Amino acid sequence: MSMLHTVNKSPFERDSLASCLRLAVNGSAVLLIEDGIYGAMSGTENSAMVKESMEGISFYVLGPDLKARGISEDRVIDGIKVVDYKGFVDLVAEHDSSQAWL
Amino acid sequence: MSDVKKFLYVNRKAPYGTIYAWESLEVVLIGAAFDQDVSLAFIGDGVYQIAKGQDTTELGIKNFSPTYSALGDYDINKIYVEKESMEARGLTVDDLMKLTWEDEDEDWAEKDSIQVLPAKELAEIMDQQDIVLSF
Repeated sequence: MSMLHTVNKSPFERDSLASCLRLAVNGSAVLLIEDGIYGAMSGTENSAMVKESMEGISFYVLGPDLKARGISEDRVIDGIKVVDYKGFVDLVAEHDSSQAWL
Repeated sequence: MSDVKKFLYVNRKAPYGTIYAWESLEVVLIGAAFDQDVSLAFIGDGVYQIAKGQDTTELGIKNFSPTYSALGDYDINKIYVEKESMEARGLTVDDLMKLTWEDEDEDWAEKDSIQVLPAKELAEIMDQQDIVLSF
């Protein structure tokens, strides 16, 4: 079983990302969308938490949501892949199940 | 004029994920018509509201960030950003939009509206207000 986790809340405002990373098993994927994209940024108080999880979990961030918020792709932590809406659909199709951390 | 009150609008939410940022901006612009002493504070995720380079084309929703640049024309030129909030998010003043106003008393010299302040100083400003509206 391989699960896709989506997180749409800012890690500075809610603990959605922290809870997700605590409970996501190795081999699963995390896609950061909407205000969740702030969790993909390097150089923040939450970057270390994300980097630690990257060993076992693949990370993605939705490009259009980065762009909307003025966060350029070069601010994204190395190793997190930027995907578009089509990539979002592909991720859902590739995984057995998905969980939205609202 | 004695009926001028000090208004502070406190912005604490990221843009687009919720409607708070836009609603706050609309209230600020409506309030600007009443000749009050208005300041804005951006703290917590609110600092993301004034990040430069926002482009919502692919989301199909309105990019309201250019509206912040109009605040100077409404005599709203006290825009405070909490230093601690910026630092926690890895942001510097260069990541923010350049918001300016023109000083009538100095031959319309263009001045920066944004002031980055540590929490301690922002707390003093907050304490001096007559009315604080938090979004």
